[in-house]
Formats: sequence, structure tokens, C-alpha cells
Amino acid sequence: MDRPLRIVVAKAGLDGHDRGAKVIARALRDAGMEVIYTGLFQTPEQIVQTAIQEDADGIGLSILSGAHMTLFPLILDQLKAQQAEDIVFFGGGTIPPEDAEALRERGVQAVFTPGAPLQEIVDFVNGACGKRRALVG
Amino acid sequence: MAKMMDRPTGGGQPTPEFEAQQVAWEAASAKGRPRSGPGSGATDRTLSDIPLKTCYGPEDTAELDLARDLAWPGQYPYTRGIHPNGFRDRLWTMRQFAGFGTARQTNERYHFLLAQGQMGLSVAFDMPTLMGYDSDAPHARGEVGKCGVAIDSLADMEVLFEGIDMGKITTSMTINGPAAIAVAQYIAAAEKKGIPRAMLGGTIQADILKEYIAQKEWIFPPRPHMRVIVDMIQFCTEQMPKWNTISISGYHIREAGSTAAQELAFTLADGFAYVEACMKAGMDVDSFAPRLSYFFNAHIDFFEEIAKFRAARRIYARRMREKYGAKDPKSWQLRFHTQTAGCSATAQQPENNIVRVAYEALSAVLGGTQSLHTNSMDEVLALPTEKSVEIALRTQQVLAYETNVTNVVDPLGGSYFVEALTDEMERQAEAYFAQIEEFGGVIEAIEAGFFQKEIADASYRYQRSVENKDRVIVGVNHFTRPEERGDMDLLKITEETEREQAASVRSVRDSRDSNAVARTLGRLKAACADPKDNLMPHLIDCVNAYCTEGEIVDTMVSVYGRYTERSVF
Repeated sequence: MDRPLRIVVAKAGLDGHDRGAKVIARALRDAGMEVIYTGLFQTPEQIVQTAIQEDADGIGLSILSGAHMTLFPLILDQLKAQQAEDIVFFGGGTIPPEDAEALRERGVQAVFTPGAPLQEIVDFVNGACGKRRALVG
Repeated sequence: MAKMMDRPTGGGQPTPEFEAQQVAWEAASAKGRPRSGPGSGATDRTLSDIPLKTCYGPEDTAELDLARDLAWPGQYPYTRGIHPNGFRDRLWTMRQFAGFGTARQTNERYHFLLAQGQMGLSVAFDMPTLMGYDSDAPHARGEVGKCGVAIDSLADMEVLFEGIDMGKITTSMTINGPAAIAVAQYIAAAEKKGIPRAMLGGTIQADILKEYIAQKEWIFPPRPHMRVIVDMIQFCTEQMPKWNTISISGYHIREAGSTAAQELAFTLADGFAYVEACMKAGMDVDSFAPRLSYFFNAHIDFFEEIAKFRAARRIYARRMREKYGAKDPKSWQLRFHTQTAGCSATAQQPENNIVRVAYEALSAVLGGTQSLHTNSMDEVLALPTEKSVEIALRTQQVLAYETNVTNVVDPLGGSYFVEALTDEMERQAEAYFAQIEEFGGVIEAIEAGFFQKEIADASYRYQRSVENKDRVIVGVNHFTRPEERGDMDLLKITEETEREQAASVRSVRDSRDSNAVARTLGRLKAACADPKDNLMPHLIDCVNAYCTEGEIVDTMVSVYGRYTERSVF
């Protein structure tokens, strides 16, 4: 039986801007997914632990504080250390285009910047996490 | 609510001829065909979903009592402004929020801004400073100097104001959780230069309630945090006659996705909560109320914003006089700073933000703001460059010196539409006050997640209306062109800043008198546990001993604990 995709929506570091994260969390929920919102001020370690413990298909990280070039790679490192690289890792926030490009090169599967339509994000998550589910089961 | 006046109001008594005209217009209007195309789905309501008529007339202001609801500028209830001559006597203060990297880098930006004609300083702190962590703390990694300037100890505050006359300039500091510590640092830095605290002018934000509601930069749980704030207000009221003791802020509530009416209602509710807390602590309302100030957002729905500013003054005046018994007119007057809406700026075609900011700034000025920050076009992508900050400041200067909108006070007063919308804002705010009252007050409503849920709902509704294109955002969901980004110079804060600042705070710790540190922190801890002992003198002692912000906060956390939010989405 098909169970819904399960997504962790995360806020890391000291960034309290949670408007975007909450809107995304709700849009994913409205699209039929199970959403776990981590709340604010999580460490990369906590976020990856949550994703593993909750058997999540994906992690969406929201950063608007400018710390994206530090925190995205720390989560990638954690996923690697926990052998959980199958979990789809994507994110968004106030991220300049060249940084977004650099993050994609390092393994973040998608980076959404302000103005990205919710449907585009929902479609991406359905696609990428659906593919992961098909592989991992 | 209001009784009809004997005298004609709002533009003259309708004559039979006028009434016939109205009937004819209504018939003609009913025959019109609503336009199609971009934005046609949202012509009948404001950005905050307040229903709009096609046109407003005398009947919409029939209940307006001129003396009770409007009066003249500088008169209770101050709907038309707090100054009799508006901007003729004094322009608003052009105050651009700035701070990034190290204190040294920000000090250079301040010298630049002052040289360009800016009238006051406004300090943006980085996230670790705002959350009470030193730059070398594990929580600070990746965040040092990014959203603002890193201030770890008095040493940094001294550098921040190097070469700046703290006795002449006014400074606004946007910090809340550790606000009392920042004030202590500011006092200590000035007194080291021989400037007494009584001469210091400026504003500290210190609005912790809106942190729980919207901005989320809290440290302690709400109740002990209120004690810290009340101590600070009391101390500054007594010792710093030129200091605005708190800036009660709707800006962040709006940025978190609230409607205009929510911004208005929640902000004023917070303000009244501080008034009540100070009165409960034994202060006379007229001793502190004249130095409370407010901070609002100027969003893109032009008239709605103007109505919001006008309603804010009227509601505030009424409550301060009637509910809290303030006798000094200064206690009735709501003074406010405005910043254009960061959330209305777009990453796509960022140059368009210059235009948005100009309209938003105009609404703030027509709404009678006391000071204004205009956002820079590139702030949606990064901290602003010097060039874009200059354009933002020039936008204010064009408004102030070229457009002539400053020559007449409250030029929209008496407009059927603006008066009706002002009334509607007041009505919606009063309805929210009643709801908050049902929870038992602002803190109880925070603990129940009420504000957070209201804002999350409004924000989601708005986002949906953008997604389904009822709302047009130029360059985002209409009038787009491919690849419009990537050609702007952006300000970059390097990892070097973090290393430099972390090293600097370590060297402060190595070079100070460790006995003084232990002694002052010990006394602070004792004072935290004793509600009768004002914390401010102890904080000033700690700061003068070069205790770092992180050490001071940790000491306070050991008594008060740290707050964890129940997340609602």
C-alpha cells in the first residue's frame, strides 16, 4: 500500500525567519505529504537525526540569514557520515544565484530562491522523493 | 457607534441634485464590465482582503464625528498627525539601518552614511549577537557578521562608534533579547568618551513580545523576559531623558505574513501590554509613556497603509487617555518609525524594488511617520551594497525635497475612502483586542499560539493568491523575462570575518581582569533571582568589566532558562 511521502522541513542555525518554511510545509501537506517541521534553531546533526528517525524521504532546508554556504554543506556532511545520502536534500531562501549553483554542484538537489512558485517546489519534491521511494522502498 | 452630526461632514450636505447624480452613477457603474487580464481577480479588496467599493462618497463618512475622530493636526486623537505643522516644521528623520561584518567595517559604513546626509544611525546586529551568542560559540558558525554587525563585548561597541559624536548623533539599535545588554554597552562606550548617559539620544527596539509572535529572536521565556524589559524601561526613564526606551514593532509581524490589520492590532496590543507591565511595576504612566515609540511596515497597498498609520494614532490616543488614564498629551501621541516592506521586494528584476520602495515611502510620509528607512533594491539577495543604499537614501531625499508632499499636513484627511478605511482598520483592531482579552492577555495568547496561527494563515492565504495569480507581482508571476538575475554586484561577507571576530573575542577574554568578570557576573546572577533589584546597573558593571554578551546571557539563562516555541504551521 502506498504511504504518503514524508518530508522534514527544517530551519537551521540562528535564523528565525520561518514564514517561507511554514508556507512550504503547508503546501507540501496540502499536496498530500506528511510534513515534519523541525521548529527553529536546529543544528545540522539534529536535522539529519530527525530525518533518519522519522524515515523521511526528503529534507527541505530554509535559510534566510546568509549562512547557507556553511549550513547546507554541514548537512551534506552529516548525510554522508550517517550513510543517509539517499534522502533527497533540497532547500531555499535568500541565496544569490552563484551560491545556489555552487550548492547544487556540491550535492544539494534543488535550491529555490524567493519567488519560486509553490507548485514548482511541490512538483520537485513529488518527483525526486517519489523516485527515491521507488528505489529505496 | 457614532451619532449623526448636525453639521455637514465629509464634504458637504448631499443635495437632491447630488443624490440624482449618485443614482445615475450607480446605474452607469453597474453597466461596466470588469477588466480581464493581470490582477483582475483582486480589484475588489485590499492586500489584506478588506472589501473595497468602487467609489466612496459622503455616506461612507456619515458617522465620522469631526471633533471626536479627526480634530486637527497635533490635537487628540491625532488621526491627522502629532505635530500641528506636520513636516513643515520638521522633516522625518532619514535613518538607514546598517551593519555587517565587524565593528570596524560597519563603522566605515556609518561614516559614509553620515557624509551622505543621513541624520541618525541605526544599528543592525548579526544573528549570534541578537540571540546572545559570542562569535566563537558553536551556534554562531556561519552567521557571524552576515545579517548585521557582530558585537561581542564593550570593545566592539567602542570601535563601532569610533570618530562619531555619541552626544550629538541619535542611534537606533535593533536588538531585543539582549536589548538591556546593548544599552549597557552603549552607555559604557559613551561614558568612556566622557559623554554622560543623560545626553544619549536614540531608540532601543527591546520589543520581546513581537519576537515570540513573529521574529523569533528570543532568549528567555516571556515572563522573565518582561521583567528584564520593564527594568530597562524603568532605568532609562529615570537616567536617560533623551532615550526612547522601547520601539514596539509591527514591522516583523507584517514581514512574517500578517495582514495590515493584524500588524496594527498585534503591535498596539503589545504596546498596551508593556504599559500595563510598567504600571504594575509601580511606574506612573506619564513618567514613561512619552518615550514609548512604535515601528511599522510600509507595504505596497498604498491607501491601506496610510489608513493603518492614521488608525494607529487614533486607537493609541484613545486607549492611553481613556483606559490607562494618561494625562500628559505626550503619552497619548503615537510616534513611529517606518520601514518599507522587505517582503514586497523581489529577487526577480531587483531594480523594480526601487520603484516599490518609493511608493511605500510615500505612504509612510502621507501617514505622518517620524522617521523612515527605505530598503535597498538588492536586500532580497544579500546585504545592500553602498550604491544601492545610496539610491534608497536619495529616494527619501527626492520625496522630502522635490515632490512637495510635505507642504500640507495629512493631505488625505477627509477623503471619503481614506477615512472609511481608517475606521475599518480601527474596527478590526478592536475586534482583535477583544479576542486577545479572551485569552487573558498578550502573553497568554502567545503561549496558546494564537498570533502565530493567525499570521501563518494570513501568510498562506496571501501566497496562494500570488500563486493563482489573483495578485500580480511584477516580474514574478507576470511581466517576467528569463534570466533577469546574476548581473548585480552583491556584498559578500567572507568566512575571514568570522575567524577575525572569533579571534577578537578570545583576545578580549585573555586581556581582562578575570576577578572583575567573576564578581560582576556573580552579582548579576543574584539580581536575576531578586525581582526587586533593577538589573541595569549590574549589566553596566558586567559590560565595563568586558564580560562578553554570551557570558552575560548564559548567566541570565542559568536563572531564567531558554524559551522553546510550540511550532504552528
